[in-house]
Amino acid sequence: MIAGAALGLLQVFVVAAGAPLLVGVLRTLKARLVGRRGPSPWQPYADLRKLLGKDAVVSETTSWIFRVTPYVLTASMLVTALVIPVLVTRPPLGFAGNIVLLMYLFLLGTFFLALAGLDAGSAFGGMGSSREVAVAALAEPTVILAVFALALRAGTINLGGVVERVEAEPWLAVNPAHLLAFAAFFIVMLAETGRLPVDNPATHLELTMIHEAMVLEYSGRYLALVEWAAAMKLFLFLTLLANLFFPWGVTHLAEPVPVALGLLALVGKLAVLTTLLALVETSVAKLRLFRVPELLAGSFALAILSVMAVFLLR
Amino acid sequence: MLRQLRLALQTGIVAEPAPRTSELERVGERLRTDILRRFGRSLHIRQVDAGSCNGCELEITGLTGPHWDLERFGLHFVASPRHADCLLVTGPVTRNMAEALRRTWDATPDPKFVIAVGDCGRDGGIFRDAYAVVGGVERVVPVDAVIPGCPPSPAALLAGLLDAIGRLG
Amino acid sequence: MARLGYALAAVLGLAAVGGGAAGMLGREWTLAVPWLVPLGGLELALDPLGGFFLALVGAAAVPASIYAIGAAGGAARGVGAYLVFVAAMCAVPLAANVMTFALAWELMSLASYFLVLHERERPESVQAAWAYAVMTHVGLACLLGGMLLLSAWTGSVRFADWRAGAPLLAAGARDLAFALLALGFAGKAGVIPLHIWLPLAHPAAPSHVSALMSGVMIKLGVYGLMRAGVDWLGGGPAWWGTALLLAGVVSAVVGVLYALVEHDLKRLLAFHSIENVGIILMGLGAGMLYRQAGLGGLALLGLVAALYHTANHAAFKGLLFLAAGAVVHATGTRDVERLGGLIKRMPWTAACFLVGAAAISALPPLNGFVSEWLTFVALLQNTQIAAPPLNLVFALGIAGLALTSGLAMACFVKAFGITFLALPRSDAAAGAREAGPAMRAGMALLVAACVALGLGPTVVLPRLAAVAAPLAGAGAPARPALGDWLTVQLSGDFASLSPLAIAAALTLGLAAPLVALRLAGASRRRRLYETWGCGRMLQTARMEYTATAFANPFKRVFDFFYRPAKRLDIEFHPESRLFVERIEYANPTRSIFEDWLYRPVLAGLHAAARSVRPIQSGSANLYLAYILVALIVLLVFA
Ligand code: SF4
Repeated sequence: MIAGAALGLLQVFVVAAGAPLLVGVLRTLKARLVGRRGPSPWQPYADLRKLLGKDAVVSETTSWIFRVTPYVLTASMLVTALVIPVLVTRPPLGFAGNIVLLMYLFLLGTFFLALAGLDAGSAFGGMGSSREVAVAALAEPTVILAVFALALRAGTINLGGVVERVEAEPWLAVNPAHLLAFAAFFIVMLAETGRLPVDNPATHLELTMIHEAMVLEYSGRYLALVEWAAAMKLFLFLTLLANLFFPWGVTHLAEPVPVALGLLALVGKLAVLTTLLALVETSVAKLRLFRVPELLAGSFALAILSVMAVFLLR
Repeated sequence: MLRQLRLALQTGIVAEPAPRTSELERVGERLRTDILRRFGRSLHIRQVDAGSCNGCELEITGLTGPHWDLERFGLHFVASPRHADCLLVTGPVTRNMAEALRRTWDATPDPKFVIAVGDCGRDGGIFRDAYAVVGGVERVVPVDAVIPGCPPSPAALLAGLLDAIGRLG
Repeated sequence: MARLGYALAAVLGLAAVGGGAAGMLGREWTLAVPWLVPLGGLELALDPLGGFFLALVGAAAVPASIYAIGAAGGAARGVGAYLVFVAAMCAVPLAANVMTFALAWELMSLASYFLVLHERERPESVQAAWAYAVMTHVGLACLLGGMLLLSAWTGSVRFADWRAGAPLLAAGARDLAFALLALGFAGKAGVIPLHIWLPLAHPAAPSHVSALMSGVMIKLGVYGLMRAGVDWLGGGPAWWGTALLLAGVVSAVVGVLYALVEHDLKRLLAFHSIENVGIILMGLGAGMLYRQAGLGGLALLGLVAALYHTANHAAFKGLLFLAAGAVVHATGTRDVERLGGLIKRMPWTAACFLVGAAAISALPPLNGFVSEWLTFVALLQNTQIAAPPLNLVFALGIAGLALTSGLAMACFVKAFGITFLALPRSDAAAGAREAGPAMRAGMALLVAACVALGLGPTVVLPRLAAVAAPLAGAGAPARPALGDWLTVQLSGDFASLSPLAIAAALTLGLAAPLVALRLAGASRRRRLYETWGCGRMLQTARMEYTATAFANPFKRVFDFFYRPAKRLDIEFHPESRLFVERIEYANPTRSIFEDWLYRPVLAGLHAAARSVRPIQSGSANLYLAYILVALIVLLVFA
């Protein structure tokens, strides 16, 4: 019980504390790839610390929804960190839900953030909300089908079960069905976390924004929470990609040494994925908004193919 | 795509070394102590064009490119005054922009400070005493520092910004 | 007087809940009055499935009636019809022979017809009631056809005898009976493409009636499908389940797509009823397919998912209709484009609507999430059926359900965000007042139901499993393993869920940042200022995003479905075309089903009517001649 709780806290800590670093490393890598020196990887921590020291300016048009949203967003990410196998296959809250739960936990955050975007009554916020929910809704079928492809083989949709199954048969990781599902999930990750080519996290132009347009009104500690939650979302999605598809190092033992090794393995896998993400982001241009559905349809096709491949290769 | 990546990897980092001296004017005592403590490592800037000729903007845009790369110092341009710590105001403040500038200042959360850019921002510059301008940012919102020049070069801008947050040299 | 009537309905509802609960727990009860009506007499019987639906009707009627006490404000119109409506709905799941069923069913339809005609001064209401009456009677004709065929073939009008007789019938006969019954029941349930009455009729009725119509009346269609499919006929070939599953997918996706571009608050909710019936049918269809494949445990899971979603939908859709009714009551408009800012003026209603919106969007830990999760778990295990075409159908269902839940979330962001947030878009919205205590009490009851059903699947599931077990066919465990008090555990290690743990973790997760911010010494000051608008001088409601704009990305992505027509109407100044006096732009969507199904059918009917018109001369002699000819023909054939 105590060990379980400690493990849960450790997972939450890794996600919560590691997320800003991940974003910082990603930004540095992207800067290096375009010939800039770029900010230090620790920059997001300085940004967050500074934001906490600032007052908040809140629009007088807004309601309690606007003020509650940053907390709901953070809570949904923290709970996700308890449910998914970050370090161990069966985290303390792993029993509470499976990948379907994850989908809906992310939707919970999107739902509130989109409402907050509408709350101030600014056209920017409404535009951001509308686009965010459109992208989120169109990404759903791919998520669930990619998971279905995994579940087909693992015989369970409990995340721990999937991880253990793939660990038990390492060659599964190079199976075509598996790789197709990975590609589909990767595209969905780009869409859900607002990366290029779906959304440009560094844009300053309101008309091209998705995520950024919704949070234009946030300031001070609220902004800090929203940015932190966004970083955690990226961290969690990359962790899912790493641990569901390449679960090496995730342990089923709740003991210090395997857990530490699991952490090391996670860091390694995240480093690879972050580099991949930086390469993708520097080499593609942002898509026009109404071309995004085509990208998502493509990822859906990949997911369908992966399901069919499982049937064919059985 | 691959060609572009290869180019990126071959070119390497082209950022120039940080500037050493600045011509920052009118730095108040508040700036030196308070700002330094708070924004030494992270400063988010909202640029406000209060009727400039856009000469200053051109130079400011140069800051984000690989050569001057202001992000390496923890400086960052943001899209909303709500996210900003510092307003970077250019132009002589035309009468039509005065109210907008005031509202932008009000929309920025405390603590915050204002840097006026260019000779226009300092006192109206070549537009001073024209009928359509208020003349100088200071007439509308409190100014904490001025980066002079018409327009100031990116090097001068970067030096001024770094000086303001106490990271020069 | 009217208040007394609604109070009576609430008491009736309570009694129904009691009776239904007894039925669900296995108490059998029958009542037969053979002389009361011809053809078999009146016969009522209580069994677990009927008990579940009886309890559902009662449980929905209680809050709706309490709400009505406040909403109707003593107006007498509609009380009688309302009472008959509730009573008839209670009788439908109890009916045990054809005559009783037909009477209860028709009484329910007629009473709701009058309730739809509530505002009979308005032409839209009359038109809605007309469409409703036509569709419901076409459905009734199908039902009676199917039932009479079954009666003739089995030689009995009692449903109990069908259970024994129907499985022995020829396959073709069973198929025909199922098709007729399913058509009739699906029409009542609002399954696409038989749905066109639903978005017309539900909004026209008063909101407490809409809550009942959407919450439980269309569920009686689901009840009928369940009865016919897995009880009376005792299951059938794979195409039955496949048809229901596919109809469910189509209804869910199409329903939510229509809801997205709908800006009449109550019509939007009505379209979501179609969507949710689709989700229920997915569970039911999956259950029937598993049953046919001999996988009793999974069949049970599918049926339980359908039942759970039925109950959940009654709770959150009832809640949403009541809250929407409160908005209409306060502002006098159903058009979301004229609402806004109500969260400040009607905080209770807004909070209730938000709970309903979160529940219908399947956000954890509310009830919609639990049943959609169950449906997913039921669909995802289809690999146990070794038939690739069927697996593909299931995969379609899985993807459809995921798309539906994403789009429903988007739609309710729109519905709640545009209606309740930001600035009011009309004077009516600006002057809105909070709903009265009775209305709030009605909504609060349903909020409690949404939360309880969301947190308590470990309690609810065993009861539902007991209801569904007799219907799940061979191999269904009588007491399936469903986990412990904290966790639902299905099919061994396949899937587990613990809403209680999630809710607890979410609460902790909400508290954690609060504590962390305090510990980090974050600033706690907050300054109110205007919305950021690039320094412009004022903000008005006209600068807000509208519902139309919000839905536009979907309109563009799914334009092959909406087929939007663009109309641009510009009026120029008579002197010069450079001066525009008025611009009108409309971008309406067109219904595929009206254009490609109903219009051709109606056109065909009209043409047929025209072609037989010549024999209608109005001359008595000619009619006598017709009779003579008919007699001769009959005699010849006899
Ligand atoms: S300072 Fe010079 S460059 Fe800058 S806005 Fe004024 S005139 Fe233009």
